[in-house]
Amino acid sequence: MSPELIYNVTQGSYLAAAALFIFSLRWLSRPETARRGVLAGVLGMVAAIVGTLVHPDIAHYEWIAVGVVVGTVVGVPLSRVALTAVPQRTALSHAFGGLAAGLVGTAKYALWLESGEMTAFRMFAITVEIILGFLTFTGSLMAAGKLQEVIPTRPITYRNQNFINLSLLAIAIGAGLWLVVDPTQWQLFPVIVALSLLFGVLLIIPIGGADMPTVISLLNSYAGLSAVAMGFVLENKVLIIAGALDGSSGFILSVIMCRAMNRSFTNVLFGAFGQVQAVAVHGEQKAVKSATAQDAADLLDTASQVVIVPGYGMAVAQAQHRVHELRDQLAKRGIGVKFAIHPVAGRMPGHMNVLLAEAEIPYDELVEMDDINPDFPQTDVVLVVGANDVVNPAARHDKSSPIYGMPILDVDKAKSVIAIKRSMNPGFAGIDNELYTADNTVMVFGDAKAVIGDIVKAMTGGSGIH
Amino acid sequence: MAGLDLWAMAFVFMLATFIGFDVIRNVSRLLHTPLMSLTNAISAIAVVGSLIITGEEKTTFSTVLGAVAVAASVTNIVSGFLITDRMLRMFKRREPGQ
Repeated sequence: MSPELIYNVTQGSYLAAAALFIFSLRWLSRPETARRGVLAGVLGMVAAIVGTLVHPDIAHYEWIAVGVVVGTVVGVPLSRVALTAVPQRTALSHAFGGLAAGLVGTAKYALWLESGEMTAFRMFAITVEIILGFLTFTGSLMAAGKLQEVIPTRPITYRNQNFINLSLLAIAIGAGLWLVVDPTQWQLFPVIVALSLLFGVLLIIPIGGADMPTVISLLNSYAGLSAVAMGFVLENKVLIIAGALDGSSGFILSVIMCRAMNRSFTNVLFGAFGQVQAVAVHGEQKAVKSATAQDAADLLDTASQVVIVPGYGMAVAQAQHRVHELRDQLAKRGIGVKFAIHPVAGRMPGHMNVLLAEAEIPYDELVEMDDINPDFPQTDVVLVVGANDVVNPAARHDKSSPIYGMPILDVDKAKSVIAIKRSMNPGFAGIDNELYTADNTVMVFGDAKAVIGDIVKAMTGGSGIH
Repeated sequence: MAGLDLWAMAFVFMLATFIGFDVIRNVSRLLHTPLMSLTNAISAIAVVGSLIITGEEKTTFSTVLGAVAVAASVTNIVSGFLITDRMLRMFKRREPGQ
């Protein structure tokens, strides 16, 4: 093939890939067409890879083959993790994305410096690529470690934390700008790499486990932007497009997560949430009304509209399948069942929907917060399973509460509420929940899986209840 | 010429970001977890850059870095598309009469 033809084939395949990627995300908008979106994404990827492999500079395939084999061997098991571990897997994949960008930037720096092809613009793009790439790499590894609980989920803080962290970043950027002026100062390059790696670690360790949905989304955005920077370095437009799609997706998801927790970006990144939550217990402790699984079953039996509010505690107790059995029992009696999904239920955006879908709960029964809130006053019974802060009415009226202003599910407006809880220990943020002492609430204490199993038993047979 | 291409790339970036915002905003919240794994797999298109660096074998240093980058990107492509499809297969509508 003539060089001109090869160029046209490559660019044509990139153009097709870009269009397929946009279709892929469009089709993902609805569950009916979503799987077609995956197919479009795969086709786009294949087109781009084939279009690249015809490139005349690619003369050797051994190392490529090694990379592909290693990637496949690592990738296949990673796609089979339990759905509760999907947030960790996602964080790991952001780490790999950042790593790839950082390494390609490093290789390009060395190659261009040697061949004398370095320009100020290329150096600038490489600087952005390696800073973003390497900080995303270590930051995402830290996030994955926190989600997997191999490193402490509580915020780790030290004196002058924000000042120290931002100074490190500033030094890295300064060194990068120096390189733009004089790319031959190669000894600055490892300094930038080391500072970016360190900054990624320091950026994430002060952030608590409760903020991980926002952090994952933000790192998603960084991973996308590092791909964009790589696109500028390699002058490759399909990379810029795919990176921009990924970057804007991560950005939108982080905005949604921040709004759902009534926090700002700066607050999440630099606020060390969960630090000073030693909130004084105001007023006298009201007594809670404790009930048995049998009582709960009787109450549910009288209802005509039931809303179930699942929280991450449900997934921790592995109670999803029991919840499905309960849903079937209620449906069998002609009782309307819906699930109320708070945006931050779970550990990453949309996590709870996936967990319930796995338990074969039909997705048309999963209702978002804004859509279900008007329904609560007409709801007879709300069953809260493993959710806590997202149903705390204090967020609406108690200005002294740390969660004040956070949008919540208005569960307390329902006629009656059943809350299943292991004990009266306060939730993740360490805040008392006044829902539990409200007049229309009864508490059933115990493991969510066992309690819901008992409720189902009480509804079906009535015997065997302790 | 180089200057011209820089601006062309900047325009592409700007337009793609707008398209991204528009398309992503329309994705149902139901599917935000698969959305993240899918965009992840798509941005592993970075593999095209690593392929060239690895395949041209200019220096040992660049080849090794390139091969590691290929492995990292292929991991994201393989696991990203597979897990997205695995999750999407679980989303089912209510069967009639249930």
